[in-house]
Amino acid sequence: MAEFSWSEWLPYIFAALMGVSILVYVILDGFDLGIGILSPLADDAQKDRMVSAIGPFWDANETWLVLAVGLLLVAFPVAHGVILTTLYFPVAVLMIGLILRGVAFEFRAKVSLAAKPSWNWMFFIGSLLSALSQGYMLGIYVLGLDTSWPAVGFALLVAACLAAAYAAIGAAWLIHKTEGALQKKAVAWLRSALGLVALGMAAISLATPLASSRILDRWLGFPESLLLAPLPILTVLLFAWLWRLSSRLPLQEDRLNWAPFAALAGIYALGFAGLAWSFYPYVVPGRITIVEAASATESLAIILVGTLFVLPVITGYSIWAYRIFGGKAVDLRYD
Amino acid sequence: MDVLLLSRIQFAANISFHILFPTITIALGWLLLWFRLRFNRTGDQAYMDAYFFWVKVFALSFAMGVVSGITMSFQFGTNWPGFMESVGNIAGPLLAYEVLTAFFLEAVFLGIMLFGFRRVSGRVHTLATFLVAFGTTMSAFWILVLNSWMHTPQGFEMRDGVAHATDWLAILFNPSMPYRLVHVLLASGLTVAFLVAGLSALRWLVGDRGRANRLTLRTGLTLGAILIPLQILAGDMHGLNTLEHQPQKVAAMEGNWETGPRVPLVLFAIPDEEARENRFEIAIPGGASLILKHSLDGVVPGLNDFVAEDGTILHPPVAPVFFAFRIMVGVGFAMLLLSWLGSWMIWRRGEISRPMAYALVPMALSGWVATLAGWYTTEIGRQPWLVSGVLKTADAVTTVPAASVGITLAAYLLVYAGLIAAYLSVIVALALKAARTPHEAPPGVNDPGIDPSPVMAMGQGGNARG
Repeated sequence: MAEFSWSEWLPYIFAALMGVSILVYVILDGFDLGIGILSPLADDAQKDRMVSAIGPFWDANETWLVLAVGLLLVAFPVAHGVILTTLYFPVAVLMIGLILRGVAFEFRAKVSLAAKPSWNWMFFIGSLLSALSQGYMLGIYVLGLDTSWPAVGFALLVAACLAAAYAAIGAAWLIHKTEGALQKKAVAWLRSALGLVALGMAAISLATPLASSRILDRWLGFPESLLLAPLPILTVLLFAWLWRLSSRLPLQEDRLNWAPFAALAGIYALGFAGLAWSFYPYVVPGRITIVEAASATESLAIILVGTLFVLPVITGYSIWAYRIFGGKAVDLRYD
Repeated sequence: MDVLLLSRIQFAANISFHILFPTITIALGWLLLWFRLRFNRTGDQAYMDAYFFWVKVFALSFAMGVVSGITMSFQFGTNWPGFMESVGNIAGPLLAYEVLTAFFLEAVFLGIMLFGFRRVSGRVHTLATFLVAFGTTMSAFWILVLNSWMHTPQGFEMRDGVAHATDWLAILFNPSMPYRLVHVLLASGLTVAFLVAGLSALRWLVGDRGRANRLTLRTGLTLGAILIPLQILAGDMHGLNTLEHQPQKVAAMEGNWETGPRVPLVLFAIPDEEARENRFEIAIPGGASLILKHSLDGVVPGLNDFVAEDGTILHPPVAPVFFAFRIMVGVGFAMLLLSWLGSWMIWRRGEISRPMAYALVPMALSGWVATLAGWYTTEIGRQPWLVSGVLKTADAVTTVPAASVGITLAAYLLVYAGLIAAYLSVIVALALKAARTPHEAPPGVNDPGIDPSPVMAMGQGGNARG
């Protein structure tokens, strides 16, 4: 067996770290953005309650995006440049979306009652723009940064489906964090969104192998197809279970109120694992591999040392914060 | 316009908008900790009233800072891909440490600081306030290390056009870092001192003579009066450090064209880069030599030394640096005058005069003006380099079409203008509302004997998120 070599392994470790950050971002800020997307469907008191359910968390959740793009920037600077210049406009839309969403949290609570509805709209528009632009970027990315018209059409479909996926996990978070009429509404929202989520995942699963024979071979070769079979099978089973469960929610004594969120997080993780398998070892699909794009080993090593120390601490205090604000959401107040 | 100029304007607009808010939150975090600790010690409700008013301003400023900061990390890739490709091995770890040791810390504990008052003990809440303040300061440290390294790079070697780190301690403690860090942290302290004094003066003018408002007015003025002489000293030392490492920047700041002794201190002029001379100059003979070299015969570098044989200009554009520097210094002296006079009034009579209150209100934004002017002085003063002597700004720019950058620039400017207007109107409205409210802090806060939880159960009044 060859000797273990840092310079060979570091880029892969960083690719894995980046993947984890993106997945954590999608799940955590996914529910924040989803609640923003759902907000126009609720009445004013419910809107306040929905914001309370994410108020103490959203900022930390968004930080996972900063970490992910930061890792892309620091570990794969060449890929960072190529990807972000190709996605110039969707990135700008994402930025403006995140700006509007983030400040709307504060403004809607601090302006006069007359101005509050405008900031509620900003909250919705910002959340929707962020989700759509992320979905659009995902669509363009999985087709290998193709920006032809058919690819754009496909990316628009993925954009709508990712917004639905965020709405679904946002509704699942509300099922966990709220009760009464709002919780019942959230169950209905979840069930309406699930169809689009399934459509989106199916579309990406079909389009990526069709667009790239390399990816097709990865999935259909032997024994890979056998080893990979659990990914789609588990995904379908989780979907079916969630669909059945959600028809009976909320249960007696609010049992399993966390289950829809966990199921969706599982589904997104499985989908993400499938994508990761498809694109490995590329960081820019079909063009630049992880190793080709990586920074110098010394620089990666010095980041890794810090990451290994700090990331467990971050995880620890994040979980602690979630526990402090655990249980059903109440109206948020500074005092 | 070409893509270089548009990208520069876009990044400048973005960073100018962004820096306004960290400049507030860095020092305001520590001021909130001070209010919190004073309350813990004295039990005086005025401190808690001050805390609960200023924590709202903090939360709003923090959100503005977070969202505009994210934009910058993406713009490195969209507009300046050459930056990370060339010096990513050095910039990368510094940015990564900022995210890991600062961003998560402040983001997570901000939630507890803002909404955890009834959910955690007073001690944990104080700790959360400390960690948020500490996180914002750590963030400032890392980003200023990187920024300083771009001005005075060391501890690296170039291989195939890419910078590789050779000595991380040299990179961290590069020559301009200590000066820049102190200068910027003091700028943050002054920005908050005058914001607090200015908004308190506004409340005073509409009739708020409450103890909490007197407290914050006094605190703001005292803080300003203490920090401004320190800042003048730190600025002078930073200037001398710049003279050593980036003489062309100092030459532009002074508007000095020819190297030589007995260089005058130019108070006002219109620098003319075409004619390479100053028009309408008003100057103190020998002043610049005296300030920069502490001797009338001190030789001060001039801009004409930074023109190559073939006529290529190697110094920054003169007029913007020259004027930005004068604006910063001018605002600094206004701060000195008003904070000392105001503090003297409070010390002598326990009250400021009405004209002083009127003067302090616009000074609420003086920190912003001085910070931006100082920032422009140093950053434009670095041109044409992005990283001094290593990477030219023009060589790092994107290949995205100029029209695309133009469109996004217009969109960003629109959003930023709207947000600044909303931000200012909301903090003024918050101050006016607070002036009519007897106490910002909730009832029971100043009495450790009362269990505060029933207040939450009653869920009385107010919007979500207070």
